[in-house]
Amino acid sequence: MVTASPTVRAQTFLEEVVAATPGSDPHLQDCIQCGTCGGSCPSGADMDHTPRALFAMIGAGMKDQVLRSNTPWYCVSCYFCMVRCPQEVHITDIMYTLKRMAIKNGLYKESTTPSAAGFSETFIDYVENYGRSFEFGLATRYHLRYHPVKAVEMATGMGFDMYRKGRMDITPTRIKNLNQLKAILDKAKEIGGTE
Amino acid sequence: MKYGYYPGCSLERNAYAYHQSAMAVAEPLGIDFIEVEDWNCCGATEYITIDLLPAYALVSRNLAIAAKQEQNGNGNQLVAPCSACFLNLKKADHYMSESPELSEQVNQALAAGDLNYEPGSVTVRHLLDIIVTDIGFNNIESKVTKPLTNLRIAPYYGCLMVRPANIESFDNQEYPNSLDKLMKSLGAQVVDYPLKAHCCGGHMTQISENVALGLIQRLLKNAVDYDADAIATVCPMCQLNLDAYQDAVNKRYGTNYRLPILYFTQLMGIAFGMPPTELGFGKEIVDAKPVLDKIERGRLENE
Repeated sequence: MVTASPTVRAQTFLEEVVAATPGSDPHLQDCIQCGTCGGSCPSGADMDHTPRALFAMIGAGMKDQVLRSNTPWYCVSCYFCMVRCPQEVHITDIMYTLKRMAIKNGLYKESTTPSAAGFSETFIDYVENYGRSFEFGLATRYHLRYHPVKAVEMATGMGFDMYRKGRMDITPTRIKNLNQLKAILDKAKEIGGTE
Repeated sequence: MKYGYYPGCSLERNAYAYHQSAMAVAEPLGIDFIEVEDWNCCGATEYITIDLLPAYALVSRNLAIAAKQEQNGNGNQLVAPCSACFLNLKKADHYMSESPELSEQVNQALAAGDLNYEPGSVTVRHLLDIIVTDIGFNNIESKVTKPLTNLRIAPYYGCLMVRPANIESFDNQEYPNSLDKLMKSLGAQVVDYPLKAHCCGGHMTQISENVALGLIQRLLKNAVDYDADAIATVCPMCQLNLDAYQDAVNKRYGTNYRLPILYFTQLMGIAFGMPPTELGFGKEIVDAKPVLDKIERGRLENE
């Protein structure tokens, strides 16, 4: 019988990913490299690495390469892979975990989709300040910052259609008890989560 | 029947037609919706991208308020018409039930706003679920005064209503059929097409238009290949992508799709004999008038 070593070893990248993913067990270590996920993925062709390859890289501790990959950012969050995975790996949840890690250490900037995090940041900025999402503000602020040409196209094309049809507010809606929401979010940030 | 109701941000404006038609059909079906007081955004697919615990705390404020609203009755069932809101609410409840540590941390955050949420105290359900499961097809059929005869409807489920796999679903997760049955009970001809539960791209229109338009084009083409007159949706994001980006798809792929994208509740309202103006018709970017005309022609032919 082998006795456990008394020395504390550093957390592997795989363990780090598992610990930062919600729920009791995302089953990442159970991946058998069958590739069903990539075969089920509607945007798999545009990814640097298929989910299967990415999970092998996680197992191999290739942290920087994984967090530089555009794969999580091209995930459309359709959960098809999760339905089909024979090992019940929580693939979509893991993609979100990898996005959070890539933002935290800045490596998302080196992916082919550096503006994707900006979209999420702009979105949540409105939610934190009003309690509701704000499509007009989100689209204009995000596109002006990242794709100015697109912003003009949106304003004159689809954005105008949406406005004309009464489907877009040009001022945000604020919830009544915004202070309560802010206190909750501030406390959550202070606790820092399960990571 | 009483239910808690979480409209979500889209239904306030962009998908107002969904809200309006849901409220219109609720009345004859005896559904009483009690809106979650001062609800906030569910975070969509964005908050969880940035930060985990605040994302769960954001969703859980709504669950906590819904649980407190006693008048909900009916076992504190909370209905969300938007598939993204539905999944966020349901997932927060599910993972908090599964992980006491997460639940404890979320509750520490909620306590800063004098709130508390006991996982499992609210049952989150999609609007389509309560209509097909609790109300039932026979009941719905009995309300139909203007059957959608001759109309070929492609039921579109999208992703978040029936998936993921680790969370219990009211319908098959890869090849659902509840909306097919609902459309049949309204007298429509149901188009059985392979991509009915595939992805509309979600927020991908904003990240990579190339990827998004490809996904939207595949769905439109598939529905049109099977001779659909319209697509019935259950989600504001799906409606927006298929409707508002149809023109962009046509430009990019040299196609000429003019496929109206309607909420299933709008079609229920028409079949119940309600005027289109009370069901949010006219807000769609791709004109739904050909659909309304075809229903009318079908009705006249059958008289």
